[in-house]
Amino acid sequence: MSKRKVSVWTDNRFWQRSAAWVTGVAAVLLIWLTFDTMGQIRMGNQKDINAHIDKRVPSPTVINYKIGYKMNAKRGLEVPTIGGSDANGNSLFTIKQKFFGRDNYTQKEADALVNLGKLAEQSKNCMDCHTLLGNGGYYAPDLTKAWLDPAWGKNGPMQAITGTHSRAEAMAAFLQHPGRYPMHARRMPNLHITAREAKGLVAFLKQMATIDTNGFPRGFGKIKEANYAETK
Amino acid sequence: MQRQNSFKYESQKLASWYFTVAVILFGAQLLLGLVAAVQFIYPSFLYDVLDFSIARMIHINALVVWMVYAIIGSVYYLLPEETGIETVGIGIAKILFWVLTIAVAIVVLVFLFIQIGPAKTSTIWFITEGREYLEAPRWADIGIVVVVVGFVINTFLTAIKGRRTGVITVILADLIALAGLYLAGMFYTDNIAMDQYWWWWVIHLWVEATWEVLVGAFAAYALIKIVGAKRQIVEMWLWIEVAMLFGSGILGLGHHYFWIGTPEYWWEIGALFSSLEPVPLIGMFVHVLYDWGKDKGERMGEGEKDVTSNNTPALVWLVINGFGNFLGAGVWGFFHTLPQVNIYTHGTQFTAAHGHLAFFGAYATILIAMFYMAIQGKNGIKKLRATFASKMAIFLLSFGMLGMTVALTIAGYEQVMIERAQLGGTWSAYFVAQNEVWMAQAMDWRFFMGIVMTIGFIYLVKDLWTIGRNPQNVY
Repeated sequence: MSKRKVSVWTDNRFWQRSAAWVTGVAAVLLIWLTFDTMGQIRMGNQKDINAHIDKRVPSPTVINYKIGYKMNAKRGLEVPTIGGSDANGNSLFTIKQKFFGRDNYTQKEADALVNLGKLAEQSKNCMDCHTLLGNGGYYAPDLTKAWLDPAWGKNGPMQAITGTHSRAEAMAAFLQHPGRYPMHARRMPNLHITAREAKGLVAFLKQMATIDTNGFPRGFGKIKEANYAETK
Repeated sequence: MQRQNSFKYESQKLASWYFTVAVILFGAQLLLGLVAAVQFIYPSFLYDVLDFSIARMIHINALVVWMVYAIIGSVYYLLPEETGIETVGIGIAKILFWVLTIAVAIVVLVFLFIQIGPAKTSTIWFITEGREYLEAPRWADIGIVVVVVGFVINTFLTAIKGRRTGVITVILADLIALAGLYLAGMFYTDNIAMDQYWWWWVIHLWVEATWEVLVGAFAAYALIKIVGAKRQIVEMWLWIEVAMLFGSGILGLGHHYFWIGTPEYWWEIGALFSSLEPVPLIGMFVHVLYDWGKDKGERMGEGEKDVTSNNTPALVWLVINGFGNFLGAGVWGFFHTLPQVNIYTHGTQFTAAHGHLAFFGAYATILIAMFYMAIQGKNGIKKLRATFASKMAIFLLSFGMLGMTVALTIAGYEQVMIERAQLGGTWSAYFVAQNEVWMAQAMDWRFFMGIVMTIGFIYLVKDLWTIGRNPQNVY
């Protein structure tokens, strides 16, 4: 080895160690944040609803409740509401809503439905056309708040087109026979979704709409004039 | 005609097998991309036969798999030259190649002909996992892990036995991280927020961290080989790049956690670190040009006359990689990485624009450069000159991709303004935006640019097939 003094800035070992340290610190921080996030996004249960606790990912039993998406005064962004909301946009956890004719699904029943819906979502490859929580394909509408879409509501076209009388039933009818109810030249293909799977999917969509997405999508469904313009 | 094979090592022969499959899958990616592009214009095209979801699924999976093949091939190619010895366990490595290739073929056939299944766990195990990019069924996941573990062990044992250079050290550490991260995508949960959280560990920490480090390592190796850059300087750059890429990329993961149910603190963390992600990409670009110019100048100063690189097509692809990585991953990524912007752009054609240019600029380019290096090695060529076909491939592939990106960016802009900002993102807002003439025009241009790229790909295949055989291109 030569005795010539080498600057630390051109010393490979210095940079090798720096790389190792930077990577290590970043990885440790990520793991630490992951532990915190895991706690915050764990799925809630009926006890949280009974205790009026907001969960970022609420219990599947939210299917028994009326849900909304309101500007929250404290957060300064839109937040899903469960069972009605007060003037500040906080959930009341009281107002129920029938889901396929019932509003008394037990924890076990609701868990099973959402699980079935998630399995169906993966088995039918929904994410390669649609986006869920904004991730997926861009060939079809985002499904993050699909349950709350005015198209499926009382004044929307889908209940009339499918001959049903609730959001849940309209969505299930569409999912089973998308070819019968074309909403656009870009039709959804027939994915052989059974009635049971459709019910699971709708439960999954309803529960997904209650996930606290930090205000995404912004202003969802708030512009009334826009809602049924031009759908072909 | 018997082709002369000048590979010094079996490992490099195996690399050429990997590269061959990679090129075939690259072609499949383009073909299915064209199908999906046509469906945007004529939605009834192959409706209920090969729906958009299936075409796109194969399009993006062919992309990932051809790049994984080319990455494995690149490592097997440079491994014996860096370590100075034949890859340890080369016989097993060859068997693993066939295992992987047969598994990929089965998965593709299932994707094409079975497509989807009932809502049961068995569908996830045997047909599709249905999670964008990670659609491969679970049995194939396990197969991939077994093959990759074998590959990592081969690499590791070779590096221990032979010379351990800086390039090899970086690749080794990176491969272990890369293989380990795949496990984060191999479980089922009914919680979509949890699902997406771990899904991004695989997707982001692959393409915005570990893959980028591999690009740095391959570029370092290529610069040493092609322009005769000094190893000590190149490896110093490489360590700095690793520090910057992992320093920004690991926590840059936060920019995917703005809207998936995860806490608000990811806004600040994601915005800060992902904004830093372009910095090393600028560094890598400067690094390639700097070394190229410096070594050329040094050798000219020493009175050497013929100072051009010894592999022109590879060098040009390397320079395009430097620029394309910065432009596609860096600039187009930064466009929509801040939460204030991303709340509108998330899940629009903006993402598609960024995805296309980034995968091409950051990865396709350098892997094509590696193909040319393998051609040079296979035919024992001292200096490889670009042919007309090399130039056409370079021009058409790059121009086509840039044009496609511009088209998708315009589509994204229109979609953001009309669907999201103006109409509030509902089902009908989505279709209003899709019906706009700006969207329709953009989709026409995207398809046209896809054709341009496909022609460029045909030139590339022709060139890879013939360039090494024609003595005119060799000197």
